[in-house]
Amino acid sequence: MRIHLPNGAFLGNIDQFIQDFDSTEPEKLTITAVDKWMWVHPVVLSMIASLALKIEKKNIICQQITAKSGHYLERMGLFNFLGIKSGMNIVEHESSGRFIPLTQIKNSTELTKFITDMIPLLHLMPQQAEPIRYIVSELVRNVLEHAQTKYGAIICAQYFKKSNTIRFGISDTGIGIKTSLRNFYPTEDDIEAIKLALMPGITGTTSREGGTELNAGAGLFFIKSIAYVNHNFFIIYSGTGMYKLFRKQKQEQEGDFVLHANPKLDRHSERNNLPQWDGTVIGIDISLDSTSEFNKLLDLIRNVYSRAIRERKEQKYKKQPKFT
Amino acid sequence: MKHIKLFNLTGSFAENKDIAQTIRKEQILPALNNGEKVILDFEKIDAATQSFMHALISDLFRIFGDSVLDRIDFKDCSETVQKIIGIVVDYMQES
Repeated sequence: MRIHLPNGAFLGNIDQFIQDFDSTEPEKLTITAVDKWMWVHPVVLSMIASLALKIEKKNIICQQITAKSGHYLERMGLFNFLGIKSGMNIVEHESSGRFIPLTQIKNSTELTKFITDMIPLLHLMPQQAEPIRYIVSELVRNVLEHAQTKYGAIICAQYFKKSNTIRFGISDTGIGIKTSLRNFYPTEDDIEAIKLALMPGITGTTSREGGTELNAGAGLFFIKSIAYVNHNFFIIYSGTGMYKLFRKQKQEQEGDFVLHANPKLDRHSERNNLPQWDGTVIGIDISLDSTSEFNKLLDLIRNVYSRAIRERKEQKYKKQPKFT
Repeated sequence: MKHIKLFNLTGSFAENKDIAQTIRKEQILPALNNGEKVILDFEKIDAATQSFMHALISDLFRIFGDSVLDRIDFKDCSETVQKIIGIVVDYMQES
């Protein structure tokens, strides 16, 4: 496998970075980077760290990082995951208020501890903390429950003062969304599976409305809704598919929010021809300026969720005329 | 009447589904099966995830039907917790 770190890879232009990912020769990982200025979204780091966990350290090659901003990779703990000494001499600043380094979460207890530690680290106000801890909990728990990987979830985040945004990346190298859904919602390709997974009430554990005793199939719909209402980018990449929710345009921001149960109705882009990612990658940006009141969002979700289930149920059981 | 104080088990952010499942199986279900009423006390809990709430109460609808709501009191819920409960209760009754 080969990953190239470009000058800039953020969620808005992540397509090119992913397109350039070479997923052949999965027993090796080579990382190259541009020489000078470089900035990559935390989701890129979470992807690299996830891959590195599966590969023997002797088969990981990382080009000497010369870009000054490469110190960011060191501070995020990337070289620890690669098993490589970066050779960078940096003064370690207090991490509070700036970032959460790459962290591997393999069980429920580790997740609870991570969430508890994360909020003070990011210096969040209660209103800001609410959607963020919600997102992290649900996304990581999805990995723990559905990805079927012993490596768990790899997560990291960085706060950007200029945009007052926290950017998260969460990756796993598990079975991916299409395989996770295939028993009850088989799909032809990865992008269809991703879109199904974003719909309320769709879970890989049952086709029954209301889910099982432990899964309702609501997690990703909630996350997409939080991202949408807060004007944030959100991507899911799994297999060869990627769904990217666009930020709302200005005129949309001023009106009332309309949530869609069906992700096809949201402003988005989709790809189904990307290099194969065995697992699932999620990137999300949360603007702290526009953190809508979480409780208002829950009211919207309640309406959309119930309506979606009712409509799907009606469709399922509605008698259809026979045409002979 | 079975009074279950959740904060000591979940902390202020109730998100751990394993804990929710244990509470349901070991405390709520036995009480309901004995014909008791149950108080789920959310005092000091700021918020909960839908996953947590689903793991805590959804199976009760399958076992006892919608009338289980007559036998459970949700006590001292924050606004967020109330709304999460509302979402789960709604979709379980729609299902």
